[in-house]
Amino acid sequence: MDLVDTSIRPETLNNSQAPRRLRSAPWADKAFEWLTRVFAFLVFSLLLAILASLLVGSQASIEKFGLSFIWTAEWDPVKEKFGALVPIYGTVVTSLIAMLIGVPVSFGIAIFLTELSPAWLKRPLGTAIELLAAIPSIIYGMWGLFVFAPLFQTYLQPAMISTLGSVPFFGALFAGPPIGIGMFAAGLILSIMVIPFITAVMRDVFEIVPPMLKESAYGLGATTWEVVWRVVLPYTKVGVIGGIMLGLGRALGETMAVTFVIGNAHRLAVSLNAPGNSIASALANEFTEAVGDLYFSALIELGLILFLITTIVLGLSKLLLMQLARGEGTRT
Amino acid sequence: MKLKSALVSLLAGVSFAGAVHAVDITGAGATFPYPIYAKWADAYKKATGNGMNYQSIGSGGGIKQITAKTVDFGASDAPMKGEDLEKNGLVQFPAIMGGVVPVYNLKGVKSGDIKLTGALLADIYLGKVKVWNDPAIAKLNPGVALPNQAISAVNRSDGSGTTFLFTNYLSKVSADWKSTIGEGTAVKWPTGVGGKGNEGVANYVARIDGSIGYVEYAYAKQNKLSYAQMFNKDGQVVAPSDNSFKAAAAGADWNSVPGMGVVLTEQPGKASWPITGASFILIHKVQEKPENAKEVLKFFEWSFKNGATMADELDYVPMPDPVVKQIQSVWKSQIKDASGKAVY
Repeated sequence: MDLVDTSIRPETLNNSQAPRRLRSAPWADKAFEWLTRVFAFLVFSLLLAILASLLVGSQASIEKFGLSFIWTAEWDPVKEKFGALVPIYGTVVTSLIAMLIGVPVSFGIAIFLTELSPAWLKRPLGTAIELLAAIPSIIYGMWGLFVFAPLFQTYLQPAMISTLGSVPFFGALFAGPPIGIGMFAAGLILSIMVIPFITAVMRDVFEIVPPMLKESAYGLGATTWEVVWRVVLPYTKVGVIGGIMLGLGRALGETMAVTFVIGNAHRLAVSLNAPGNSIASALANEFTEAVGDLYFSALIELGLILFLITTIVLGLSKLLLMQLARGEGTRT
Repeated sequence: MKLKSALVSLLAGVSFAGAVHAVDITGAGATFPYPIYAKWADAYKKATGNGMNYQSIGSGGGIKQITAKTVDFGASDAPMKGEDLEKNGLVQFPAIMGGVVPVYNLKGVKSGDIKLTGALLADIYLGKVKVWNDPAIAKLNPGVALPNQAISAVNRSDGSGTTFLFTNYLSKVSADWKSTIGEGTAVKWPTGVGGKGNEGVANYVARIDGSIGYVEYAYAKQNKLSYAQMFNKDGQVVAPSDNSFKAAAAGADWNSVPGMGVVLTEQPGKASWPITGASFILIHKVQEKPENAKEVLKFFEWSFKNGATMADELDYVPMPDPVVKQIQSVWKSQIKDASGKAVY
């Protein structure tokens, strides 16, 4: 790539007009620079504007409930008592389940596609994964409700409840009647939804690892696993973490698919098989018919909290990357 | 809001400049009556050439839009209280009625086999009656083989007029429900799971053994769900049907509540279905654009006159003629232009 770009093409040399025209408009460069700068800051100001309008919109609720909004489990539109604990818990738990399942699977798919797969299989498999990412989330939701939930209810859930459910302490997480919908089902659907995103990024970054590095490792007698773990992953960790964060971002904010299968109950339950609620699905469900200023404001505050959760997650991932970079410095 | 209304009036100005002869009106609000309003609008356009554009954004949104005057009329499933109508300078009238039906999924029990009282329905949704062979259910249903199975109470997770009617009814028949839960388009459900939309509730009920739910009548009928019969205020057992909804509407005194905001649940009458209700239209008393208001009223006048069969086809209940007369007298006496002249 570099070689092609920097090489001087003979036809431009022969054309005497070209260099003069380039010199004649130095202001164009400046204008272009400013234009791009404006575009970049547009995004930034949009972000600030969203934050500001969320803050203004949630003012009534913030004044009424204060910080206790975050740890109150009550959600009563009739008596106008609102707390965000149940949706926050549901959002975090479903995203966590999605990550616990999605990340290892995506990692496996990406490794297979880049290191192990026969060449003829790479393309169709890769395209299939990318197509999964293009399916609208409402389709996942409908599929989850009409196809996945019944299967989950009849086969997976009873097995899960009878085996994992009887383990002391830990078992409470899986107890309850099998109704096919709930936080675990939502987490599973989410994991399917994030896999294409994480896989696509992981595969792309794995592919940029210089073959020479890998070949050297193989030459020293490393196994495939050692090459992946010791060479490919350290070389691509920024991209890998970026991919995981992209998936997590989608899981945290996913609305329609979760709404269909989470059960939408504003109740705190220990069991993952019990119905719960997430911030995004609470918003999707209740925004349209929210009559009354305080109710409306409490919903906006939920949005604000989701915004903050996403910011914190992004911040943590940056911190993690910085930590990793520092570790790198000391090792050499 | 100011910016928004400025924008809307700008857009409206542009579109009107292009089509002077036909005034297109806009309305926004409740989702429950959307299918019938859309059908009326379509037929009205064919008959008169005038368009009506209805956005089903939800009652909350409809009320916000009409108070901000970005639409010509708003629509709400729950009637607005008299003092709020006064405060916002709005006139309210009912436009269409419908019924809500309890549906269940119980192996070996046919549709219509289960009979329930309102108080029992409230106890089920409160989580007090937990199993199908509870003595309270068995007493009302002698001869029905009730299984010893847990009841899963399914509710609407999204705010909806259906939930409003259902909880309004439960509040009327159960003091316990009224004091602990209350009524609204969304409430704090003490037990059970929530499905999004009528289709969500219907799907949960169809799949969860031992479940009970509530959906609009049209939905129960189209999906062939097993429905329960109800004991009404007169102590009679009634099945949901167009006739039992009409019976509930027949005896209503629409002028007993300001803004005709009567909720038709638990109405007297032998044949009355107890969970019946109307959906309402909101329009400003003092009209800045009287020509638009006139069009809105013309639209509803036309629909009341010609839309009854369409309503029947979609399993809604049209407003009876005497009520339409009352509504029109409200239009005449209350909706004025800026100079105080009646619009209708």
